[in-house]
Amino acid sequence: MLKIGEYEFHSRLFLGTGKFKDFDVQKEAVEVSETEVLTFAVRRMNIFEPNQPNFLEKIDLNKYKFLPNTAGAKTAEEAVRIAKLAQASGLCHMVKVEIIGCDKTLLPDPVETLKATEMLLADGFTVLPYTSDDVVLAKRLEELGAHAIMPGASPIGSGQGIINPLNLTFIIEQSNVPVIVDAGLGSPKDAAYAMELGADGVLLNTAVSGAKDPVKMARAMKLAVEAGRLGYEAGRIPKKKYATASSPLEGISQ
Amino acid sequence: MELIINGTNMTVPSSIKTVTDLIDHLNLKSPVIIVEHNEKILQKGEHAHTMIEDGDKIEFVQFVGGG
Repeated sequence: MLKIGEYEFHSRLFLGTGKFKDFDVQKEAVEVSETEVLTFAVRRMNIFEPNQPNFLEKIDLNKYKFLPNTAGAKTAEEAVRIAKLAQASGLCHMVKVEIIGCDKTLLPDPVETLKATEMLLADGFTVLPYTSDDVVLAKRLEELGAHAIMPGASPIGSGQGIINPLNLTFIIEQSNVPVIVDAGLGSPKDAAYAMELGADGVLLNTAVSGAKDPVKMARAMKLAVEAGRLGYEAGRIPKKKYATASSPLEGISQ
Repeated sequence: MELIINGTNMTVPSSIKTVTDLIDHLNLKSPVIIVEHNEKILQKGEHAHTMIEDGDKIEFVQFVGGG
């Protein structure tokens, strides 16, 4: 089981809800993924077109834990306000601190992320900060009391997969709270790799919503996360320079 | 009366007394409606008895897809 704060999850796959072309496809992808945690953003309602459909209408709200993000915030104060707006819904179980410092790379602002994490923890939130793969920053966030650490594999939506497995390994080794690899995953092998490195879970969005067949990809990701985790628990063989035969060398008939 | 709703100036009938009246007037229908009134975030149960006055600033937000 994956335990974050007071919450426990069977599924180690967290799913973002952005950029799906179609709410019916999204609903099916969510079901097939067997995720138990959905992320979403907090935005103004369109008061001039109030009948626009909302994806929450298709979802059984009791079935999931909600992880709203603070995307849009550029400062800790803005992130705290977004988190409190989300909390006022009564549907916010945890909060993903996402404070972007660069509009091109969408990499997080480490200073504001640290500040927001501290402020939200003081207000009693269950806090999961999205961070770069900076090993010392991850430690600082954990020391503040973050309930999980969410380092990026590569830039958001880039699909590049894990570009710095060494840093992720360092973060996973040092961390006493769950590590959820979040951002940049593109294909099932990326999700499996994160889990084989020892991550406790992954969060992905574009990899599924942007796939040609999001429902199929959601199922693939579910299987990849399970396979990667089993592989990690099973204890893989070491890599060796030279071969070791699998068949016996004796008893060869001549 | 004049209100600033989601950053836009709007005129609404003075018969609107509460946040709930305003939500109904605007026909807002999202499964989740979150309200900030004059920079105070309202909890769900407060909509029906929070009074609206001329010049008030209101933010209506909801959850949308995001990662």
